Amino acid sequence: MPAKPTFRSGVHPDDAKELTAASPIRRLAFPSEVVLPLQQHTGAPAKLMVRVGDHVERGDMIASAQGFISSPVHASASGTIRAIGPWPHPNGNFETAVQIEVDRYSAQMPRRRLVPDWEELSREQTVAAVQDAGVVGLGGAAFPAHVKLSPPPDQVIDTLLVNGCECEPYLTSDHRVMLEYSERVYLGIRIMLHCLGIERAIVGIEQNKPDAIEVMRSAAPADLDIEVRTLEAKYPQGAEKMLIKALLDREVPSGGLPGKVGVVVQNVGSVATVAEVFETGLPLVERIVTVTGHGVRKPGNWIVPVGTRLRDLVAESGGLTDDASEIIFGGPMMGIAVANLDTPVLKGTSGVVVLSESEAPPKEHYPCIRCGHCLEACPVFLNPQRLGNLAMSERWDEMVDHHLMDCMLCGCCSYVCPSNIPLSQLFGMAKTALRRRPAA
Amino acid sequence: MELDAIIRSILILSGVCLIFGALIALVHGRFRVFEDPRIDATVELLPGTNCGACGTPGCRAFAEALVEGEHQPADCTVMGPEEREDVAEMLGVAAGEANERVARLLCAGGNDVAVQNAEYRGFETCKAAATVAGGGKGCTWGCLGLADCEASCDFDAITMNAARLPRVDPVLCTACGDCVDACPKELFVIMPAEQHLIVQCRSELEGDEAEGLCEVACNTCGKCALDAEEGLIDMVNGLAVIDYTKNEIASSAATKRCPTGAIAWVDNVQLLDRTEPATEDTAQTTG
Repeated sequence: MPAKPTFRSGVHPDDAKELTAASPIRRLAFPSEVVLPLQQHTGAPAKLMVRVGDHVERGDMIASAQGFISSPVHASASGTIRAIGPWPHPNGNFETAVQIEVDRYSAQMPRRRLVPDWEELSREQTVAAVQDAGVVGLGGAAFPAHVKLSPPPDQVIDTLLVNGCECEPYLTSDHRVMLEYSERVYLGIRIMLHCLGIERAIVGIEQNKPDAIEVMRSAAPADLDIEVRTLEAKYPQGAEKMLIKALLDREVPSGGLPGKVGVVVQNVGSVATVAEVFETGLPLVERIVTVTGHGVRKPGNWIVPVGTRLRDLVAESGGLTDDASEIIFGGPMMGIAVANLDTPVLKGTSGVVVLSESEAPPKEHYPCIRCGHCLEACPVFLNPQRLGNLAMSERWDEMVDHHLMDCMLCGCCSYVCPSNIPLSQLFGMAKTALRRRPAA
Repeated sequence: MELDAIIRSILILSGVCLIFGALIALVHGRFRVFEDPRIDATVELLPGTNCGACGTPGCRAFAEALVEGEHQPADCTVMGPEEREDVAEMLGVAAGEANERVARLLCAGGNDVAVQNAEYRGFETCKAAATVAGGGKGCTWGCLGLADCEASCDFDAITMNAARLPRVDPVLCTACGDCVDACPKELFVIMPAEQHLIVQCRSELEGDEAEGLCEVACNTCGKCALDAEEGLIDMVNGLAVIDYTKNEIASSAATKRCPTGAIAWVDNVQLLDRTEPATEDTAQTTG
């Protein structure tokens, strides 16, 4: 087989996707309560629009976007607002959230279009409709989708890259979307090309999903300039900068965004969701979540109302096994450990991975032996061992000099470290410390 | 011939030395900077810890400020009363009123009373643990107990008690504020020692939600505000907040009916172990 395009460095973790890759997407029953934090996206938190006791219908806006880099929040089920207050958030803190007691037996009824039909809209109106529908990047970072669809005027965009890599181990939601909703993905691409005013799109899929590649190739509409390309299966192939390097051989400069090299990258899930909101007329109120790992009895892919508590999702998946030891929101490489079963699934939660004791054995860490494996693994060519030493002595400014801000916390360095040093955790800690520090 | 070379080189070297010596003497005389000799003398008397608690960047800067009269000897929190007098006497100024301050922890939720949702495995510092599911502690505002503050304290004033809470020794504490910076949960505050009434909780939750995570949380019942002197305590954002501008009227009355013991009258040492008997000089009233 000829070598598939890819990027330099990276790692090959066991992907464990066989747990759920063949499970068709199923719809989760409405839980008795949904909890919607106001901060579900990168950027300014949404501004509350409702009061305790209010009745809301599915799709009603309950918090509006505050500024351009922000996204509104919509009720994901009909019900009554029971409380508004601090609630466990996947980030580990308590954040302000709206708790909705879901109407039992409620007709979660089809209703009048809330999102206008895109074909009658101009570019700007379409982008505005995407923002009003609360669409964010569903790959994990939850960056508001409309921001990427309205690049600043000084940037000339020529290509839309659709990210179907799903390089995170365990997760299969994007894989299933491509298999089951390929038409929707292409409608989403059509809408996004309209927003950007460009013609060309490339879909990148890792070679470990041959069925998805085949379906996507055969479903490609003839009237659009769309190419489906196979990529080497390697982590983090799905990171924006790695994907651009692999598909277009362009390098995004340090500190820059993909717009700098004329590219917009959108995740397959986000593309399908954009199509979905225009198709159904409902804002983003549900998403596809992979519930997987050996710590859960019945792994599967679910359509889940945003705000469903982890407790309900796990119960629906057959419950936790006796040796379940760690719950992660997102994939095992970049996801965040969650300690509270009341934590709600957010718009950006691509998966819930429950690892068993044997999958995540406790590891002791040892001093750095300067073997250099982390340097070879780092996809953005940083020096993780030097950064790690600086982090342990809290020398944040020197870390910035060593390009800490180019680190995307992909976790490759921690993965290869023979001394089990939690390097990417240390870098996350440094970034938190720098954010918290008042700007000098 | 050889002797001649030796003598010549000695002469040249001596000449060079003389010229440069004269030059240095000249420069020294001309560009002399007068420094008050009292500064050096004061530095000798200061503790030399460079902790920064006085607000200047180190002991020498503090000595300069003392000589200038911008600070009083009492502004140094490390010196004892005798050393303070020595400095005051040497400089011929008043020692000033010592404003005793001490670091206080706004959390009493040790591992014996606070719910732990998950076990944290990883780099053993509070800062690192705080980035992973809030360290696994049920209460997101509470102390993680991994002793970043203990490590940051230059005066060994902080030791972890049996419930993994940092206990500050008020005698050793110089109120330098290093622990305030070290704590990722922002639980330390520097308080005047005469503020005895402390709400040892930061949880914004109310009622059973708060108590469900920690037995000693403030559940916002408001009894302390009713019992306390008029206007002293207000309930804000799920917590009792004490107005310290009215500290003179504060009494331990406010702690009497607190159902959880979140509000405490601290006389000396905070966060004693529950089993430790409260002695005369380390008494702590806990509701």
